Amino acid sequence: MTNPPGTPPQPPRLETQQTISAEIAEIRDAYGKAVAEGGPRRDHPDRDYPPYRSSVLRHPKHALVVPRDPEAAELTGPVFGVTDVTELDNDLTRQHLGEPLGERMLVTGRVLDRAGRPVRGQLVEIWQANASGRYAHQRDQHPAPLDPNFTGVGRCLTDDDGRYSFVTIKPGPYPWRNHNNAWRPAHIHFSLFGTAFAQRLVTQMYFPGDPLFDFDPIMQAVTDDSARRRLVADYDHNLSTHEWSLGYRWDIVLDGPAATWMEEGR
Amino acid sequence: MSTSLPPTASQTVGPFYGYALPFAGGGDIAPAGHPDTITLHGTVYDGAGAPIPDALLEFWQPAPDGSRAGAPGSLRRDPVTGAVIGRDGLAFTGFGRVAADADGHYLLRTLPPGGVPYISVCVFARGLLHHLFTRAYLPELTDIDGEPLLASLPPHRRATLLAVPEHERVYRFDVRLQADGVHEETVFLAFE
Repeated sequence: MTNPPGTPPQPPRLETQQTISAEIAEIRDAYGKAVAEGGPRRDHPDRDYPPYRSSVLRHPKHALVVPRDPEAAELTGPVFGVTDVTELDNDLTRQHLGEPLGERMLVTGRVLDRAGRPVRGQLVEIWQANASGRYAHQRDQHPAPLDPNFTGVGRCLTDDDGRYSFVTIKPGPYPWRNHNNAWRPAHIHFSLFGTAFAQRLVTQMYFPGDPLFDFDPIMQAVTDDSARRRLVADYDHNLSTHEWSLGYRWDIVLDGPAATWMEEGR
Repeated sequence: MSTSLPPTASQTVGPFYGYALPFAGGGDIAPAGHPDTITLHGTVYDGAGAPIPDALLEFWQPAPDGSRAGAPGSLRRDPVTGAVIGRDGLAFTGFGRVAADADGHYLLRTLPPGGVPYISVCVFARGLLHHLFTRAYLPELTDIDGEPLLASLPPHRRATLLAVPEHERVYRFDVRLQADGVHEETVFLAFE
């Protein structure tokens, strides 16, 4: 890019939301048409999803290779225990001297395999922006205030029902540079382990009714409507606490090779 | 078994996991000073041949004796301060997690796996909507004809799964998320 002498350097021109939204709609329509014609449903996002510009150079073009190996090491996986987590780790509001700003909430749910069995004693990790939409990360330069009383990291182990729970505050939406005026809907990042490494999952939980869903190429990369809806937690009034906190429920189902959920009596 | 719940969709790890997922000693699966320690290292590249500084890699492998049970304690914590104090040096957890450096480079110190000739690798990055699995095969342990996965691949594809010996007990294993016009794209795996 060349500028006339004496003019300040221009930032790269970003696409408009209209352009990104048109690409999102085109891909979604093509998927809907393919499914209507008997094509397979896809529960996961396509790694090649151009509206999310960073995906363009970061997805493989070859098809994945399936090892036909019943002894694959990936059918087992890492384990964690009480030495890996402290009791305060699942309360993100108690990691500093003071109380964080924002809507206090409980987020809870179960981690299941595809047969509906609980994933017990496994590590769940979360991270999120603060109530203003700012991460406690040096590279997040969004000019929203940091909260000295909120880091935004939590861990816990699932119980015998596969249940996890975190006390935290509702994260704010925040801008990013995928395109002009790009904003991420509020979300919490989740990292999950199953009994097999092949069940590994990193994902994001969203909040019901967020007006930014339709504009966000990361969420919309899940082109299947029902799969995308499953990324949204339910507000559950029974989980809210009198004069204290709101409650959200979000169950997670780990994908994985059939061997991890077809066999009885594992 | 008749039920089959639909799985929860993957989403990208994004750029800001750095204060949440990496932990001190995450790349040190081998007990400090163990004489059998091997070093596996490399760089993660994108389709323009540029290193990916925000890649996160995880590793899983059987213990040298072939046990696949793993062990807790990869991110063992100090109950007083909550800080990660590292593995206890006795239990072999089999799990490693390493955030790439600013130059896209990672480094893992571990012991050779027992029973399989490879270390399983899972790659996450901003821009990658769904993690990718691959395997770093250690050449001294690998009988290509005896490994159905390797035997099934043409040589130029197979080569992307073979760690390259550099020095004694030091192996290079680069990961290329996409071909850059010069280098082959790494073979990535799906488990069905």
